[in-house]
Amino acid sequence: MNESAEPSFRQSKRDFLKYVLGGGLLAWITAVVYPILAYLKPPKQSEAKISSVKAGTLKDIPKDSGTIVRFGNKPAILIRTAQGKLRAFTATCTHLDCTVQYRKDMGLIWCACHNGKYDLNGRNIAGPPPRPLTALRVIVHGDDIFISNQP
Amino acid sequence: MIPFWKRAYNWIDERVELEGLVHFLGKKYVPVHRHSLWYYFGGVSLFLFIIQVVTGILLLMYYKGSEELSFESIQFIMSKVQFGWLIRSIHSWTANLFILAAMIHMFSVFFEKAYRKPRELTWLTGMLMFFLALGFGFSGYLLPWNELSFFATKVGTDIAGVIPVIGKLVMPFLRGGDEVSGATLSRFFGFHVAVFPGIFAVFLGIHLLLVQRQGMSEPLGTAKEGGDEFMTMPFFPNFLLRDLLLWLIVLNLLAILAVFFPWELGRKADPFAPAPAGIKPEWYFLFVFQTLKYIPAKLWVVDGEVLGILLFGIAGLLLLLVPFWDRKSSRGQENRFITYLGIFIVLYIIGFTILGWVV
Repeated sequence: MNESAEPSFRQSKRDFLKYVLGGGLLAWITAVVYPILAYLKPPKQSEAKISSVKAGTLKDIPKDSGTIVRFGNKPAILIRTAQGKLRAFTATCTHLDCTVQYRKDMGLIWCACHNGKYDLNGRNIAGPPPRPLTALRVIVHGDDIFISNQP
Repeated sequence: MIPFWKRAYNWIDERVELEGLVHFLGKKYVPVHRHSLWYYFGGVSLFLFIIQVVTGILLLMYYKGSEELSFESIQFIMSKVQFGWLIRSIHSWTANLFILAAMIHMFSVFFEKAYRKPRELTWLTGMLMFFLALGFGFSGYLLPWNELSFFATKVGTDIAGVIPVIGKLVMPFLRGGDEVSGATLSRFFGFHVAVFPGIFAVFLGIHLLLVQRQGMSEPLGTAKEGGDEFMTMPFFPNFLLRDLLLWLIVLNLLAILAVFFPWELGRKADPFAPAPAGIKPEWYFLFVFQTLKYIPAKLWVVDGEVLGILLFGIAGLLLLLVPFWDRKSSRGQENRFITYLGIFIVLYIIGFTILGWVV
């Protein structure tokens, strides 16, 4: 080494090395951490777009009862009121994701997890749910019942 | 002729100098006073953790972690494998007793203000282990893939999803997708048997090392009483033998619980069935669950569940950091506020747990 080198030159040389090494370290950490974080993010599964499903037949669902049916990969609830009207909603409680059920004794849609209540129009009327259930359209073809999220 | 164990000791001593360690253990004393009873709960927690490791490894020999197989594999363990019912029941019971023992340990340290300087790091590692224990409980609960655990996991991960800012990232990370599914089971299995035990072991190592290094905390107010030294008892063998006796009693209690109150398996989870009536989380989450029931859907402009999770989050953070804001205890002064706060927390937890149990 040349001992008589300018101190400022040596300083800037040291700074240069600091940036190169620091930057290299940072790049190395990024190169390790980024793939791990990306790996942990679950890939989006391409799911078939569901717009309507067959929910059963009129025989399956007596008056004043409700049943859970598969709507794509989510549950939906199909209700036949005491007056015989058919209604369908998404069955996922808007509070914390539990699956709701029809309560004959209350004449309501009820969530067992935190005692949330919805009326038969899907409106949140008691307990913690913040939003109404999303209504689905019910179509009756002869004896078959279909539900659809198309208006 | 030198006995074999003596020769073995000499062989090791010659290489790693055990003498210092033995000397240290011989000089270790435990203070004796009217609150000495509480010293035992750390040891009990440790013992229960060891049982969890052993029975957990045994369960791993037969458990299959997938949506189609996990429920059936536990059915198999409980009905076909010799003593499988016992191992699984002990694992479930110990999980609960572990959390209970850790809670008692934590609150006794809290009320004695034993977290004060110089034991801040012992408190910190202990609290982090306690949070991990809750994580162990929550992740292990899902592994049988039954109806109750399925909905408990839906609710629990949905709560994580409403955390402001990071919630939207945390929920799919926990669930392995948008919904609770087989992917969630795989992740929870990984957390339960690999991630949490690994982190826990590090904290436990530091925690125990600090306890050995610093010795037992003595209650506040001794200097006030004229600087009288506490009566002490040698750790080895007096305290250790008492520890072991208590461990034996705990093991007997576990055997009684596991035999006479075997842990149920319930019904297999069905993602397309409504949440069953009377659904409740494990007792140690019950007070949170019950609080969430009472918070209305909207409070001013904030969603009720966001408010709930923020309140519990802040409370947990304050508890974690208590050695750093309770300056009074660190100066050796009595801090009544902490005592009253602790009494309030304990009463709140007990009250809301009972309420959750009966309502």
